[in-house]
Amino acid sequence: MQNLWLIPALPFLGFLINGILGKKLPKMVINAVAVGSVVLSFLLVLNIWSSGGDLAANPIHQHYFTWIQSGEINIGWDYAVDKLTLIMLMVVTGIGSLIHVYATGYMAHEEGYYRFFAYLNLFMFFMLNLVLGGNYLLLFVGWEGVGLCSYLLIGFYFVKKSASTAGNKAFIVNRIGDFGFSLAMFLIVVNFGTLDFTKVFAAAPGKSTETLTAIALLLLLGATGKSAQIPLYVWLPDAMEGPTPVSALIHAATMVTAGVYMCTRSAVIFTHAPIAMDTVAIVGLATAVFAATIGLTQYDIKKVFAYSTVSQLGYMFLGVGVGAFSAGVWHLVTHAFFKALLFLGAGSVIHACHHEQDMRHMGGLRKYTPVTMAVLACASLAIAGVPGTSGFFSKDAILTAAYGHAPWMFWVGVVTAGMTAFYVWRAFWMTFWGEYRGHGHPHESPWSMLAPLVVLAFLSIAGGFLFNVPKILEGMFPAAEEVPGESMLMGISIAAGLAGIAISYYMYVVNPKLPQRISDGLGGIYRLVYDKYRIDELYDATVVNPVITGSRSLLWKVMDQGVIDGAVNGVGSEAQLAGGWLKMLQSGNIRSYATWVVLGAVCLLILIGVAEGVTR
Amino acid sequence: MAEAMQSINLQAGVPISWYLVLSAVLFSLGVAGFLFRKSIITVFMCIELMLNAVNLSFVAFANQHKQVSGHIFTFFVMVVAAAEAAVGLAIILTVFKNRETLNIDEINSLKN
Repeated sequence: MQNLWLIPALPFLGFLINGILGKKLPKMVINAVAVGSVVLSFLLVLNIWSSGGDLAANPIHQHYFTWIQSGEINIGWDYAVDKLTLIMLMVVTGIGSLIHVYATGYMAHEEGYYRFFAYLNLFMFFMLNLVLGGNYLLLFVGWEGVGLCSYLLIGFYFVKKSASTAGNKAFIVNRIGDFGFSLAMFLIVVNFGTLDFTKVFAAAPGKSTETLTAIALLLLLGATGKSAQIPLYVWLPDAMEGPTPVSALIHAATMVTAGVYMCTRSAVIFTHAPIAMDTVAIVGLATAVFAATIGLTQYDIKKVFAYSTVSQLGYMFLGVGVGAFSAGVWHLVTHAFFKALLFLGAGSVIHACHHEQDMRHMGGLRKYTPVTMAVLACASLAIAGVPGTSGFFSKDAILTAAYGHAPWMFWVGVVTAGMTAFYVWRAFWMTFWGEYRGHGHPHESPWSMLAPLVVLAFLSIAGGFLFNVPKILEGMFPAAEEVPGESMLMGISIAAGLAGIAISYYMYVVNPKLPQRISDGLGGIYRLVYDKYRIDELYDATVVNPVITGSRSLLWKVMDQGVIDGAVNGVGSEAQLAGGWLKMLQSGNIRSYATWVVLGAVCLLILIGVAEGVTR
Repeated sequence: MAEAMQSINLQAGVPISWYLVLSAVLFSLGVAGFLFRKSIITVFMCIELMLNAVNLSFVAFANQHKQVSGHIFTFFVMVVAAAEAAVGLAIILTVFKNRETLNIDEINSLKN
């Protein structure tokens, strides 16, 4: 019998220890608590992995206590592990452990060291809760919790205005998605009378398509917020204000994939709502292309990878949307490997260049940071989909499934794959080739940072063989249909990836003047893409500013200052006025007091007289 | 005692309302003096006047209802008035020593 609750409880304990006592603890202890708790969780997961038995036939389900009991609704604190959860657990705890180790090196000289690790452990707790939860509400607890930790960690350098603004942005944009998720849960409660996954999915096929479509679309809205899809992707690029390990763990490998996990978990609902499925596929594909084009033009190395993450998440949603759930999860896993590696590698590069993030001020680093270069090359090969690497398998699985669904989706996906290869390798060449254009002397990172990179590099290359997700998940989802001419499709997507690499090599190594000429030639279009299609400005103009203006002019000036303050202050000033009149009575002159006494007495007498007259 | 009372009542033959009207007039004079005179001494004497106006109505009622409590009250009032006169005059003397005035409008230290 596995004690599932221990898996999230250990990081939570780490959070409590570091969060409460961390200020007084020496760094060694903080490291031991923070890394140790996550590694222990990972070992527990490994234990399930190796000895779990046949999870497909009898998934582990543990009920701890009844959390909410209201009328017919009974929501328990249940943890459940099936194969999908197990894969997620492996990714979250495995990559989480590596990134914790990396962070001990990367954050070594930062203020608020203990705070960082406390947040990171809290994040692990909520993320594990998210994937372990046996009902929608528990998933939602994790969902909200990781959002909170994301906010805290993006704004980790809270003295920087841009960082705290980015944290707010992430939190507020996610609220919109969470609103959709909440509505979806309400609909589920109304229609199913429960939030338990097993019961909901058992009953789902019997419900009307309209109901399921509404639920699925609202779930998708939640997923677009958390997983940074159109139209709610805007927070993720800004989230790069956070420390790089955070970008790797939360904004590349784990949290942002929660939307994909949630859609995959709700596969039964989605497969019975074809319109919702198409919406997922189209949103995913549109996001993939859209973000990839922005990625082509960025100079901030973390921004390039951020848009790449948005784009790759789009791929996962494409996989989910065309019904290839296991392919989507596969890409989730391999993406976690190579994107975490890309971010951690970028962190190592930034570390090497004394916190310079602009690729125009890098270059020639292959002489100074050979290990970082080697691991980043592995990650870049994987994301470009070079045959044999992990990214190749998962991307190919998604693209093949997309072809089976609608050939045009395949072609758009291939073009995106080409762009992906191009911008990642563009970043690679700009960073490691040419002459060093920055300041100071770049230096290689310590081994506490490099060791996790090497492990991830191995996984990026071999992850496709090690974790054959569709095989593991066999039977959980409806089998993907056979697609004719699969090897040809594979060839096309490989060619696109290799072409992207080749073009970037030509443009940034062989003929470095070419990019400038092209961007000059494109003029306005280039500016538009470089400015991220000015979507932020569009949102500012259509949503943010109206809200601010409305709040300021109506809610603040009229409601708050006029009505509420007016009432409160009005009572005060009226009382003061009345007091002003009354205090004239207090003249200090005895005879005036006496006058009042006499007047009072006279009044009383008159009153008595009147009363007598009335009663008589 | 009862015979004596009887005799007073017979001799007087004055209705009680006359006594009360006189009492009210005296009292009003006292009030008016209290309110409108400036010298503390006069004000003080006006207070005595009011007390005695009340005394008058007390005894009038006592006589009317043949009850002793009215008389007893009157004695109490007179005792208090005597004590008050002693204290009051002492206060007035002290005030005059300190302020060299007996104008009641200038003695307003109750304020502030």
